[in-house]
Amino acid sequence: MRRPSPSRVLLHTVLVAASLAMVAPFLWQIVTSLKSLSEATTVPPTLLPEGRWENYGRVFDLLPFGTQFRNTVIVALARTAGQVLLCSLAAYAFARLRFPGRGVLFGVLLSVLMVPPQLFIIPQYQIMSSLGWLNSLQALIVPGLFSAFGVFLLRQFFLGLPLELEEAARLDGAGPVRIYWSIMLPLARPGLLALAVLVLIWSWNDLFWPLVVNSDPDTMPLSAGLASLQGQFQTDYPVLMAGSLLASLPVIAVFVFLQRQFIQGIAQTGIKG
Amino acid sequence: MTRRRDRITEALWAYAFIAPLALGLGVFYLWPVLQTAYFSFTEWGAFGGHEWSGTDNYVRLAHDPEVGRALVNTISYTVLGLVSIPLAVVFAALLNRRMRGVGVYRTLFFLPVVTMPVAVAMVWRWLYNGDYGLINYVLSLAGIDGPNWIADPTTALFALVVIGVWSSLGYNLIIFLAGMQAIPAEYYEAAALDGAGPVRQFLRITVPLLSPTAFFVSVVSVIGSLQLFDLVFVIAGSGASARANPAYPRLQTVVALFYDRAFVTNDRGYAAAVVMVLLLIIAALTLTQFRLQRRWVHYA
Repeated sequence: MRRPSPSRVLLHTVLVAASLAMVAPFLWQIVTSLKSLSEATTVPPTLLPEGRWENYGRVFDLLPFGTQFRNTVIVALARTAGQVLLCSLAAYAFARLRFPGRGVLFGVLLSVLMVPPQLFIIPQYQIMSSLGWLNSLQALIVPGLFSAFGVFLLRQFFLGLPLELEEAARLDGAGPVRIYWSIMLPLARPGLLALAVLVLIWSWNDLFWPLVVNSDPDTMPLSAGLASLQGQFQTDYPVLMAGSLLASLPVIAVFVFLQRQFIQGIAQTGIKG
Repeated sequence: MTRRRDRITEALWAYAFIAPLALGLGVFYLWPVLQTAYFSFTEWGAFGGHEWSGTDNYVRLAHDPEVGRALVNTISYTVLGLVSIPLAVVFAALLNRRMRGVGVYRTLFFLPVVTMPVAVAMVWRWLYNGDYGLINYVLSLAGIDGPNWIADPTTALFALVVIGVWSSLGYNLIIFLAGMQAIPAEYYEAAALDGAGPVRQFLRITVPLLSPTAFFVSVVSVIGSLQLFDLVFVIAGSGASARANPAYPRLQTVVALFYDRAFVTNDRGYAAAVVMVLLLIIAALTLTQFRLQRRWVHYA
């Protein structure tokens, strides 16, 4: 058997230590979530908790957790489906069709991409308020259906696809809709999936906009619901840890399953939101 | 003749494809930017009406000590947070090889990036707790009496930076890994033949060839850091409860101030002026970075 070289051992020691530092907060979150408040506040802290699983139940007493979970899922899925459809349509036109004003329109799109999102908030809030949409799921969904970033990402992706299949289909008499639907979309699946994962995660984690439009706990997503606990129940950290774990776990699971697409999407565009 | 008709049909289809998105972007993004710019020159009444007030908001803003503090905090946070870049380069270099467990390490480094910032902030608040926090317990083992991190004006901003670096390291690492994988292996082979060891190869090949990636990462992370909000909102709160924290003057960021003015005190004209200033700062810093890139970025 080959013995590992000293430099290999050093390398793994450094990496293990660093990744331990990266996961330590999560481990401590899990450990604390299983403690009673009195156990959590003993010094020195215990490493193995007594196993207070009922903390996870108590999250549902403090928050309409089920409702907020449902809100988060509905909003994330609607925004993802909407962006993938609307952005891929526009991206296909920008990448493959010729029309007057293409350069100018794309320039406008890029300028929207560069503006910090806080500049949209006050007028968006006013639109929601005048539509009577404050404290509704529409308020969380509708502005998030449109994205300059999504068009940009998918256009780059479409530009990288081979032209041959499209030309063959065009010679067979297929129109733009057929080509978009039965050739471009299937070919672009990795790009669409990358956009979908990114939108899903941003939407799930977003705090600012829900905070602004929905003050009623029953229409809040988990991010805003969880943030509202801060201050109110400052001292009950075990329950807070259980709640924050429950709220962030679904996205972590999506990430672990779709890691490759997600990391590719990020490495290609370099944007995380 | 038919060719011209084809071209018109193609253009019409293109407009039809773009129309739904263009409409939404126009209503919810493009028009709002112009409106916000306009609002920054207006004064808002208690019941939502607003009237033209010229440059009043900007004059007020220039003399507002809270704005000054928020700017100093935001920029300090941004500059200190850049430490994540060299860290990410080092770990990317360590991970840029064939070995067992690379995928696992990469996943672990990346977990904080996808975790809900609200949850991240809660966990760190608990870690930073002055009496029962894990960090102070570990410090006490070394005989150090740790401060109450996020309520102590001398440590609060530093504590925020640590969370920021921890949550962005994995993202920067992924970008650098992609950049490293684009460097041709021949360069390293040639250097090895010339007798260059791994450290020398890293400094002479990886670092210069990675500078375009580093430039990109620094632009993106400066833009992101200047918009810090979620962490501050959960760590420090907002409104009256936040002001009770003695460290709040060291924690409030420009976007947190914007939130407070726009939606807590409903001083929306002033809030609009605050984000216009943020826009200008982001534009100025990004432009400066593009100007400076000539000095240190090597394009192969």
